[in-house]
Amino acid sequence: MERIQVFAILASAAVCIVIVELVRKKKLMEKYSLIWIFSTVILITLSLWRNFLERLADFLGIYYAPTALFIVLSFCGLGLLIHFSIAISTLTEQNKILAQEVALLKNEVQTINESEAPESKNVRYKRTSNEQE
Amino acid sequence: MSKSKGLIIIPAFNEENNIGTIIKEIQNCRINFDVLIIDDGSTDATAEVARSHDVPVVSLPFNLGIGGAVQTGFKFALRNGYNYAIQVDADGQHNPSEIEKLFEPLKEGEFDVVIGSRYLDKNDYQTTFFRRVGAVIFMGLNFLTTGQKIKDNTSGFRCYNRRTIEFLSKTYPDDYPEVEAIAVLGKNGFRIKEIPVRMRSRHSGSSSITNLKSIYYMIKVSLAILINVFRSKEMK
Repeated sequence: MERIQVFAILASAAVCIVIVELVRKKKLMEKYSLIWIFSTVILITLSLWRNFLERLADFLGIYYAPTALFIVLSFCGLGLLIHFSIAISTLTEQNKILAQEVALLKNEVQTINESEAPESKNVRYKRTSNEQE
Repeated sequence: MSKSKGLIIIPAFNEENNIGTIIKEIQNCRINFDVLIIDDGSTDATAEVARSHDVPVVSLPFNLGIGGAVQTGFKFALRNGYNYAIQVDADGQHNPSEIEKLFEPLKEGEFDVVIGSRYLDKNDYQTTFFRRVGAVIFMGLNFLTTGQKIKDNTSGFRCYNRRTIEFLSKTYPDDYPEVEAIAVLGKNGFRIKEIPVRMRSRHSGSSSITNLKSIYYMIKVSLAILINVFRSKEMK
């Protein structure tokens, strides 16, 4: 086993352990951990199964097999980044909808307060001072 | 509130110096439309100034950008049963006395959207060479992708009917939404009419589109229009 192989296996295994640990502590959602675990499993498999890695390298026209490992690694990294971009886009959209909803509801609450009490300004002032107590 | 009528939506971000003027102008026009200010997370007194003029204000908790702000107005119009929505900029560029003119073509039900256009008449609207080039590019892109001949794609002075309000409260572009909205509306079969209006120069403050941002603006909007070609129709 070459030194790079040992290093690749150890590094991948370490990442995998950290990810599983984060999920266990509920600091990382299962949903977002899957793509990480999947990536590390691929890397460990390729590091151990040297024969397949060599055939893959041959197919890609790479002379030194472990270099193929780095190519696979960069694609895994790219996949993760795209995954995050999608997650951020989803969050941004949901955040926008929430902000709009909050603003519209705030306006509705205000309208209701004003229609209920003619001297609305005093009432609202009292309410907020009660909340602070 | 005459809810069968229209709602004038004014998105405002840090416009404390302009907002009072535009509200007064609209009130002086005696149009039978309600006014709604969308305060897009302003850090100045925009909301307070607007409220002091007895106009309802919807305050967003943080800045969403013009698209998200205007869409909030569409949602308000939808929930409160308005049949028409008119978008007017807070900076005084749009003349409130032309609102009725903008609303006119929608009454017959022949059109869904009316755009107040600067370039339709050969009027004396002052603009830069770069903006003219941009306008021609947008017109070309929208014509090639949806077959619509809209001359002033970036105009924010617009009037929408109920059907369009319903659609746009679900789908509205986030930043620099004007041009993209026309592409999306065209794709989904909305009938757009352009009428000539005269726009004024800003009262105070500066335009949201600076020279540095304009390159990003051109690329982002062009990309959005082109990607729109490959989207499936969201309506029918």
